[in-house]
Amino acid sequence: MAPGPAVPSWPGTAVVVASLLLAAWALVATVRKRPPDRAQLIGVAVVELLAVGYVATAIVEMAGGARPSALAVYIGYLFAFVLIPALAAVLARLEPSRWGSLIVMIAGLVMSVLVVRLHQVWTGG
Amino acid sequence: MNSGPGRVLIGLYGLFALAASARAGVQIATKFHEAPLAYLLSAFAAVVYIVATVCLAVAGRTAWRVAVVSCSVELVGVLVVGTASLVDRAAFPDETVWSGYGQGYGFVPLVLPVVGLLWLRRTRPVPVGRPTS
Repeated sequence: MAPGPAVPSWPGTAVVVASLLLAAWALVATVRKRPPDRAQLIGVAVVELLAVGYVATAIVEMAGGARPSALAVYIGYLFAFVLIPALAAVLARLEPSRWGSLIVMIAGLVMSVLVVRLHQVWTGG
Repeated sequence: MNSGPGRVLIGLYGLFALAASARAGVQIATKFHEAPLAYLLSAFAAVVYIVATVCLAVAGRTAWRVAVVSCSVELVGVLVVGTASLVDRAAFPDETVWSGYGQGYGFVPLVLPVVGLLWLRRTRPVPVGRPTS
């Protein structure tokens, strides 16, 4: 089956912008040897909300008949996509040191990479 | 061992355990006959990542030893599979986590075992409350 039209790009763009901002903020904290502060945790929450929005958009597209080129892989990525910010928040809370900030930074980078991968898996590119 | 930088490692190893397991699961379930060797290696890599994640998270001498073994296996694996995938492309028609030294994953699979082993060297458990003989 030919892949349907891609999920609209703006939810993905929103996640990329938010998660890269979060990664940059957390990198500054890591370099300054600061633990994850309130701003970082709010940032993780924003990224998580945007990720849920992205997944909702993808579900609406699929309910409308559009199909990614590899359905099982795509759904797997969607699960990872919403899990990672939550897991990062848990790990960051467990680790109130600069290393907690590094965890948040990595999660931010992974989320932007995942947006790219989700798009690739959808289009089969 | 399971705090500070160790927690960052546990997070990264957990992420790769998830990625490698999911990838191997899909490959074996949907197209195993296409490249059995590559997909079995994918599954093997997934198991190594899972063992390493658990052993980095658990305290104790045994866990430490198993973590050293799994990080070493992982380093050998990424070097051997990375080289093999470049030399004999026909045997590796599809990507695994270790193909091309992990270039599909930003070379993190190559860096991770090195960082893991360095961290384990720093956290070598010392016998506590036991007379040295």
